[in-house]
Amino acid sequence: MTDERLEQIVGNLLRAGVVSAAAVVLTGGVWRLAVEGFAQPHYGHFRPDVLGVRSLGGLALPDAIILVGLLALIATPLARVVFTLAAFALRRDWMYVAITAIVLIVLLYSIGTSWL
Amino acid sequence: MNLLTFSGVVYAISALAGFLGALTGLGGGVVVTPALTLLLGVDLRFAMGASLVSVIATSSGAAAAYVKEGFSNIRVGMFLEIATTLGAVAGAHLVSAVPTSTLAVIFGLVLLYSAWASLHKMHEEQAACSDPLAARLRLDSSYPGPHGFIRYQVCRVKAGFGLMFGAGILSGLLGIGSGAMKVIAMDQVMRIPFKASTTTSNFMIGVTAAASAGVYLSRGYIEPGLAMPVIPMVSSANLSRELRLVFAGVVGLLAAEMIYNGVTGGLK
Repeated sequence: MTDERLEQIVGNLLRAGVVSAAAVVLTGGVWRLAVEGFAQPHYGHFRPDVLGVRSLGGLALPDAIILVGLLALIATPLARVVFTLAAFALRRDWMYVAITAIVLIVLLYSIGTSWL
Repeated sequence: MNLLTFSGVVYAISALAGFLGALTGLGGGVVVTPALTLLLGVDLRFAMGASLVSVIATSSGAAAAYVKEGFSNIRVGMFLEIATTLGAVAGAHLVSAVPTSTLAVIFGLVLLYSAWASLHKMHEEQAACSDPLAARLRLDSSYPGPHGFIRYQVCRVKAGFGLMFGAGILSGLLGIGSGAMKVIAMDQVMRIPFKASTTTSNFMIGVTAAASAGVYLSRGYIEPGLAMPVIPMVSSANLSRELRLVFAGVVGLLAAEMIYNGVTGGLK
């Protein structure tokens, strides 16, 4: 695989991820506003609704859909790193496989904290 | 102000922030957080959470275009992402230990610095240098110029790596992309040509922000309802025309509903 081809695939991957995530967020958002548009916003005080991914089950459905979209958005750069790792491995570029793997481990650690 | 009006205002602010961010090169995040906290009284941590997620959207959307055009240097990006992601995780963990007032001051200073840096002239010329580490990591690359590909060398890799760790800490601590600081590290220190450093920086911002996002999510800084109106507008600046039309349609609907409610006296 050439550098150019790799770059094109990464570009398409990023675009698809952002577009689909934004669409999911928007769907949940429109629903949420339709259901509770007249409620008062409560963002002035730090009382979080979401404490990690495990909060997903306890949310109202529109909020849960928005959160799924946000998770998809967060997963987009992660998918990019996984893909880059695979591409370097295909080229037997072991130094960059190792470099990319370190980045992947840091990302997985961070995302892992939100599941616990 | 009810949720509908609130979301409409956040929508408008984010659109403006995305536009300003793209125009000045500061990125939307540094504008979104002050606007949400100062104008709408949103808690700083919630504003940072919304901004952080919007940073992922903007950077990934823009990176998609640049990566395809061959401007960004994937090897430099990947190598420096070790520093930025480690910094980001550290910074995100620090948020709960730093008083909100201190965070606000640091934010203000970074904002001032970003504004100053955006006025700074970037290097177009390639300085001659040789860093054995750059050679070992095969960081030297080329980008498409008007008369074929322009080759460049990468200088002072260690210093650049250190600065990137700092950029990562700020990104995690403040929920921003730290784009300005990343460009400075690549442009001033590593002497990567302007075109390649801005696009590579953009490429890295998404991964850096994702590294903070997991920690933010677990600490409760990301509120779905607040992040919702921020994301589509900030990200749509880089997306296709069709999608922007869809978003514009939704804004139109929101506007119509607000006017209707205003006229019928439903808004308080």
